[in-house]
Amino acid sequence: MSEESKPLGGEVLTKPFKVLAGIFGFAVLLIIYRYFRGIGAVSNLNDGYPWGIWIAYDVVAGTAIACGGYSMALMVYVFNRGKYHALVRPALLASMFGYTLAGASIMVDIGRYWNAYNLFLPGYFNVNSIMFEVAVCVTAYIVVLWIEFSPAFLEGINKYKSGLPKFVQNWNVEGLRTTLNKWLFVFIAIGVLLPTMHQSSLGSLMLIGGWKVHPLWQTGFLPLLFLISAITMGYAIVIFESLFASVGFKRASETPLLGKIAGVMAWLTAIYLAIRFADLVIRGALGLAFQLNLQSFMFWVENALYVAALVFVAPPASRMQSRSLFLGGFFLLLAGTVYRFNAFLVGFNPGNNWSYFPSFAETMITLGIISFEIMAYLYIVKKFPVLPKPEHA
Amino acid sequence: MEIKRRDFLKVAAAGGAALAAAAHPALAREPKTRIKDAVGFLYDSTVCTGCKACVSACKQYNEMPASFSTPQDPLWDNPLDTDSKTYNIIKLFKDGTGAAKDREKDGHAYVKRQCMHCVDPSCVSACPVSALTKDPVSGIVSYSKSACIGCRYCQLACPYNIPKFEYEKAFPQIRKCELCSHRLKKGEIPACAEFCPTGATVFGKVEDLLVEAKKRLQYKAGSSQVYPVERLGGKATAERIVTPYVQKVYGEKDGGGTQILYLAGIPFEKLGLPKLEERSDAHRSETIQHTIYKGMIAPVVFLGGLLYVVHKNTKDHK
Amino acid sequence: MKNKELEVVSRQLGVSRRDFIKFCSVVATGMGLPLGTGAQIAEAVTNAAKRPPVIWLSAQECTGCTESLLRATHPTLEHLILDLISLDYHETLSTPSGKQAEEAREASIKANKGKFILVVDGAIPVKDNGIYCMIGGRTALDILKDTAKDAFAIIAMGSCSSWGGLPAADPNPTGATPVQKILTDAGIKTPVVSIPGCPPNPYNFLSTVLYFVTFKKLPELDDKARPKFAYGRLIHENCERRPHFDAGRFATEFGDDNHRKGYCLYKLGCKGPETHANCPSILFGDTGSGTWPVGTGHPCFGCTEQGVGFHKPLFSRASLHLVTPPDTYPHTQEQQGKGATIAGVAVAAAAAGAAFAAVSKVANKLGEDEKGKK
Repeated sequence: MSEESKPLGGEVLTKPFKVLAGIFGFAVLLIIYRYFRGIGAVSNLNDGYPWGIWIAYDVVAGTAIACGGYSMALMVYVFNRGKYHALVRPALLASMFGYTLAGASIMVDIGRYWNAYNLFLPGYFNVNSIMFEVAVCVTAYIVVLWIEFSPAFLEGINKYKSGLPKFVQNWNVEGLRTTLNKWLFVFIAIGVLLPTMHQSSLGSLMLIGGWKVHPLWQTGFLPLLFLISAITMGYAIVIFESLFASVGFKRASETPLLGKIAGVMAWLTAIYLAIRFADLVIRGALGLAFQLNLQSFMFWVENALYVAALVFVAPPASRMQSRSLFLGGFFLLLAGTVYRFNAFLVGFNPGNNWSYFPSFAETMITLGIISFEIMAYLYIVKKFPVLPKPEHA
Repeated sequence: MEIKRRDFLKVAAAGGAALAAAAHPALAREPKTRIKDAVGFLYDSTVCTGCKACVSACKQYNEMPASFSTPQDPLWDNPLDTDSKTYNIIKLFKDGTGAAKDREKDGHAYVKRQCMHCVDPSCVSACPVSALTKDPVSGIVSYSKSACIGCRYCQLACPYNIPKFEYEKAFPQIRKCELCSHRLKKGEIPACAEFCPTGATVFGKVEDLLVEAKKRLQYKAGSSQVYPVERLGGKATAERIVTPYVQKVYGEKDGGGTQILYLAGIPFEKLGLPKLEERSDAHRSETIQHTIYKGMIAPVVFLGGLLYVVHKNTKDHK
Repeated sequence: MKNKELEVVSRQLGVSRRDFIKFCSVVATGMGLPLGTGAQIAEAVTNAAKRPPVIWLSAQECTGCTESLLRATHPTLEHLILDLISLDYHETLSTPSGKQAEEAREASIKANKGKFILVVDGAIPVKDNGIYCMIGGRTALDILKDTAKDAFAIIAMGSCSSWGGLPAADPNPTGATPVQKILTDAGIKTPVVSIPGCPPNPYNFLSTVLYFVTFKKLPELDDKARPKFAYGRLIHENCERRPHFDAGRFATEFGDDNHRKGYCLYKLGCKGPETHANCPSILFGDTGSGTWPVGTGHPCFGCTEQGVGFHKPLFSRASLHLVTPPDTYPHTQEQQGKGATIAGVAVAAAAAGAAFAAVSKVANKLGEDEKGKK
């Protein structure tokens, strides 16, 4: 396990890193302003559209994109495909930050953040609320992800301390590592249960929207559709991030492994599309896709992106080429994101008179959070043993 | 496919067993029924003259500030809808010339909008921290800012778009009508009902209001009838010439039923009241959730299966 | 009330019995008193012994308050006012003058110690020991303090004596001070009723006196010692032009079309929304409708209200104390929410563009690498 990965090394403060830091810095100022002047001062959220991109992207799409850890855990630890093991740590890293920053976005988005602990207090929490289940599950999963990833931190402190700040170098972590390795299987198991629960529940959140959610998206199958698409997005991010890192860090890519993952992804996507369209036909809602409006247009965009992804990864020959794998992964991530945007925003209509489009500050805060995520990823892969050693490709 | 069929079936079987156990009908969620002594209003759009005394009274007795929708000329309390400063509002439907009252074509009609105090409230089901609760005796849906985390899921859930949020404040809360429970405690009735001069808004026990509403639907248009004013069974009454009604009491069953009942002379959709199924969204959402999670049986069984499989697959990796 | 007494009074006052009783009912109604109170007032008046002596002191006044009392078209009102109360001293209206008038005043005070009503109009200057207003060789300040302590009750007639009025306007060079403050500073506890206005409506004064005579107590007062029946509401609440305000119909210039149509004068500086008075209800001069400033087309300047009258510029906008719904309605579906702005769309497009650019760059590189490998 530990012999597979090593720190990438190299300069952290590259030009891209500095650009991201700039965006993040500006976002921090906006976030501080939000706390002093209220949500309305930095966003276009309103009574008709109480949830905007901070929820639709940062939380819902963001955590689905962060399902790499989940999907790889399923592959490696449940279906026992050990040969993909080297891809687990980078997936976990992306998951860890994706979920943690979704949590941070929540703390920016909710209005009475000082009461947030009520979610965990008996006498307050409401077990009938899907939001409660999502909040508790996601919080627990963030903890689990940090624990699951900690072997990489501990190994880094143990073996690669010269690259780390002085205060870290003196920590003695050997005992902790041993205990952790003994009980890791528990956290891995929980780490498969929790996303199964909350990724489906993220879809269920929109059930109570009733008539306000367009029939092209409102269905009792929301939990199942969200779950399957989240798993496919988990594989997609592994493929995408792995190939992006290869090009970005000028390393060889793990194309054959990724190709096999893409195969799983393709099958699951086909199942997803089958359920999606069967549900539309049975409910008699498919006709709405042929009206000439924004909702029908975005419906076709969403599904065209899924088809595009399949075009790139369904044919076995394409799965042997890194370019098609990369584009397949990208289009699938985009498709899943657009699906979530559609279910939460585009397809949400509280009455024809309400409108919403994210404001400049609102989008900048989201971009700032994404920037931080990328910055943290870059720092950690360079200082800790995360990426697989080249010979594992 | 790469995944071994055997392994796939193992996991699928475990999950399936869990689902089967959980899908027992008795574990699904019971629909909520009306509370016997619940209180509410009967609002009759044909009686309403649009005087807005109820809007002023509500502002006064709930100590809410004016809401200016013309900031360049902040002279009137003129919100466009219920908002963070306005619990109750009178809106106008107008078609063409708007000449005749309670007529759809070239006519106008008024509608009073405030919290419907639903029988099976979506907001109560949605709220993760029970900040919105339904009183077991009066049925009033109340809000507690000490519980609220400001997630605004209630805003998304409400089919009538009632809960309003103070986006303009650094320390915001949700705002909505709470049926003047502070006045009910003192033996008074809600301000909007007390100050309605015509009897358009009448306060009372919902089961009695429903009887009154159905009685009115039987009245012959053009006949003279005595209508209660302020509250049912009170001294104040007003005689009026009945005008035609749409033959439905809105809120009797819509969305699972509400404690604010409506009568009107034009279709309710024109007044902005949404067409809802009889089954409440809360019931639908909770049924799906409970089918999967009731008693946490499925998750626990699934976790058990996972622990077994993962342990088996990792024990030689130490 | 005995018929004979009624006859006597009516003859004395020079009115018919019917007109006399009608007058008493009008006074009662003007104060918002219940049915039957008019009769009580009539009874109180006919009993000659109940007519209280009144001493009227004038300080920094313009005599407008007195003139207001006389400005009734009903010819007998002059009589009524002067005969209902025993006006023992009044600088304008008394027959004697000079030393004789002062002696008459001192005699009345001595004879009616603790029983007379003191009316004061005009503010009292206190600067430089009060030399800026002297009557008969004494300062108004001294005369007031002397007289006030022996009075049963004091009526501050007009804005000047109620809160300072015109003489107290910035920079107040004479130190003009209202009656209540003089008394409070001197420790004199005689109760004070304020009847502000410039001038006040005579009926506000008269009704207060008659109420006192009938019920032996002052009518209900607000926190500024003004009788609530007259000063309990804002002018804005009773103004006949209020529907124009509610409908958004305003005159914007004197003489413009809207001004000629009699629309609301708020935008011309009407202080009705922040002034307490009953002018629109009872008007002035008994000459019919529209006989008050707004009715004639000039905005109210808030003459009764401290902090408004003689303080705020005539044509500046009043602050609204009560904000109520307008005459218009929101429709069942009004446009709400915040849509796309240029900046919002630009940053979203830029982010999307950057993302797509990065992806295509990487994709191309991967494609080249593949080709290179082959």
